[in-house]
Amino acid sequence: MEPVRRVAGRAMPLDRENVDTDQIIPAHWLKRTERTGYGAGLFEAWRKDPAFVMNDPRYRGAAVLIAGANFGSGSSREHAAWALLEGGFRAVVAPKFADIFRANAQRNGLVPVVLATPVVTTLMRAVEHDPALEIVVDVEAGALHAAAIGLHEHFVLEPRARDALVNGWDEIEITEQHAAQVAAFEATRPQWLPMTTRRAT
Amino acid sequence: MTARTLAAKLWDAHVVASDDGVDLLYIDLHLVHEVTSPQAFDGLRRAGRRVRRPDLTLATMDHNVPTTRATPPDAISIGQMEAMASNARDFGVRLYPVGAPEQGIVHVIAPQLGMTLPGMTIVCGDSHTSTHGAFGSIAFGIGTSEVEHVLATQTLWQRRPGTMSITVDGVLPRGVSAKDLILGTIARLGIAGGVGAIVEYRGSAIRSLSMDGRMTVCNMSIELGARAGLVAPDDVTFAYVEGRPHAPRGAAWTNALDAWRALPTDDGAKFDREVHIDAGELRPYVTWGTNPGQSVTIDGRIPEPEALPAPEREAAARALRYMDLRAGTAIRDVPVDAVFVGSCTNARIEDLRTASEVLRGRRVRSGLRALVVPGSMAVKAQAEREGLDRVFREAGFDWRDAGCSMCLGMNPDVLRPGERCASTSNRNFEGRQGPGGRTHLVSPAVAAATAVAGHFALPEDL
Repeated sequence: MEPVRRVAGRAMPLDRENVDTDQIIPAHWLKRTERTGYGAGLFEAWRKDPAFVMNDPRYRGAAVLIAGANFGSGSSREHAAWALLEGGFRAVVAPKFADIFRANAQRNGLVPVVLATPVVTTLMRAVEHDPALEIVVDVEAGALHAAAIGLHEHFVLEPRARDALVNGWDEIEITEQHAAQVAAFEATRPQWLPMTTRRAT
Repeated sequence: MTARTLAAKLWDAHVVASDDGVDLLYIDLHLVHEVTSPQAFDGLRRAGRRVRRPDLTLATMDHNVPTTRATPPDAISIGQMEAMASNARDFGVRLYPVGAPEQGIVHVIAPQLGMTLPGMTIVCGDSHTSTHGAFGSIAFGIGTSEVEHVLATQTLWQRRPGTMSITVDGVLPRGVSAKDLILGTIARLGIAGGVGAIVEYRGSAIRSLSMDGRMTVCNMSIELGARAGLVAPDDVTFAYVEGRPHAPRGAAWTNALDAWRALPTDDGAKFDREVHIDAGELRPYVTWGTNPGQSVTIDGRIPEPEALPAPEREAAARALRYMDLRAGTAIRDVPVDAVFVGSCTNARIEDLRTASEVLRGRRVRSGLRALVVPGSMAVKAQAEREGLDRVFREAGFDWRDAGCSMCLGMNPDVLRPGERCASTSNRNFEGRQGPGGRTHLVSPAVAAATAVAGHFALPEDL
C-alpha cells in the first residue's frame, strides 16, 4: 500500500445515514476477479437520479466524502472501498462506520474519519454552501482542518491502523515477523479442532 | 479468577500476540467462496506466498451459481467460478464446487459437515459469517485483504470488541419464529445498535431454539451492526454436532465436551451493555423499508414518517418512495409479486419443513412467482427424502438447487424492477434482490402464507 499521510481537497456531501455497501457498489459488479475496474459502479443506482449529489458538477473531483452515521453497513465487500478510491475519494468523514467497512477502508488507504455528529453536520452544511471548501485530513496528527470556516477537529485512528496508513505497511509482512509465536500457538491447539483433511466416512 | 463472558473466554484462548492494543488472533477455520477470494489468491501469487493451513480452509461456490439449468451463468460468473476451482487446486484447498453433494451456501455447509464446532474462531469473506456464532464460536465477516492475510498467516490483527448481552426471556408465542425474534430485536435496537460489539444472545427463549433457529438469530447479528453474535453451547449444540463428518470422536469427543462445557459466561460476568426483551411481546414481523430495522408486526400499518423520531423521518420517507408504499396501509393489505424461501438465514431443513407445512394441500396465488432454494444440496436431499419437494411443487413453487440465489442479485435469480417480494433472506436494501426490486423480510411461515394469500399473511389467515 502507498503511504497516506495527508488528504487534501474538496468534499462531497452525502447527507444520508446507513449508506450500505450494496448502494456503494451493487452486487453484480462483484463477479469480477480484479481489484480494479469498479469506479463506474460507484453509487450506480443512485447516480441514475440526476439530482443525486454525485451528478452535481460542483462536486466533481472531490477527495473527501462526508456522510451520515453507520456508513458502509451490510455486506463485507471490499469492493466498496475500491470503488470509492477509484471515484477519487481518499477519506470518508462520518459520525460512525460499520466495522467491516472501516477495516477494509484502512487496509486500502481510504481514511475513515470519525467525528461527532454535530461536527459532521457543520461540515455537511458548509460543503453544501461552498463546494470549493478545502478540507485537509492530517493522518499523522489525527486532525481534520477546514481552515476557511475555522474548523479544526481531532479524530481517533487506532495507533496500528494509523502507522500502517502513514508508512504504507504490508500487514502480512509484519505478521510474518511473528512466525515463531504462531508456530508455538499452533503446537498447543486442541486435538479435537476440525481439519478438512480428517473426516469420518 | 474474575468472572468472564463467553466472548472473553473465546478471545483469550486465541490470542497469539498483542501489539498496541490490537491482538493477533489465531483462526481455526477459514471459509472461502468464489466472490471475495480471487483477488486474495492473486495477491498470494504475486508475493510468492502459499496458503499456510489448507487443512483449516474450506471453499465452496454459492454466491453467483445458478440454481436451475434453465438459467446458465454469464461469462464473467463462469470466469469467477473457474478462478475458484484453479485457486483451490493451485493452493491445495478443499473445494466443494457446483455438482458436489456437499456444495451449498458456505454458512449452511460448514455446520452440516461438522467443520463448525463450539470454541472456535471462524472467518469468511462474507458478513453473514456471524451465523456460526450459534455454536459458541467467534465468527465474523472480513474483507478480501483480510482473506489474503488469513490465507497467508492463519491469523488476523483485531481489536477486542465490546460485549453486549441480549437476553430474551419467556416463551415465544405460537407462530413466532427465530426470524421474528431477530427482526423484533433489530426493530428495537436499530441497525447500528450492535456496532463494535460481540452480542451474546441469552435467556430461556434462546435456549429453547433449535440449532437451525439459533443460526437464524446469529446470522442477522450483522443486521444489528454487531461484530459477531454468540449463543453459549449446550446439550442442544452437542446433540447437533455429534457424529457429523468432521466432529471429534472417541476420546477426542470427550475432551471436546469438557472444553465446551467450560465456555458459557460465568455468573457475575459483566457486559458493556445489557438488553432485555420479553419473548411474549414478539410477533411475526414484516419489513416495510429499505433496511432491516424498518419493520412492523404483521398486524401493523406502514408508519407515517412524521410520526417517527426526527432522525429517521427523511430515510423513512425515501424508503416509502422506493418501496412504492403509502403510510397508513395495513401490511396485510400489501400484495406481492414474488416469494423467495432461501438464503443463509432461512434455508435449512427446519425452515423448509415450516414453509411446506403451511403449503400442504394449498396453491400459490395465481400470477405470483415463488421459488424455494435449499441452503445446500444436503438440505435438498434431506427435504426430498421427507417428500417436501412434492409439497412445494404441488403448491406451485419452483424447487431449485442450492445457492445464495435471490438473496443478493448476483446470479440469474433476480427481481424485475418494481417487483415486490416476500423474502426469507436478510437484507431489504435498495436493489438487493435486483435493480429496482422491492424486498420485504419475513419468516418462512409468513413467506409461505403470503404466497398462498397473495398479500402478507399468517398461516392462520388462510
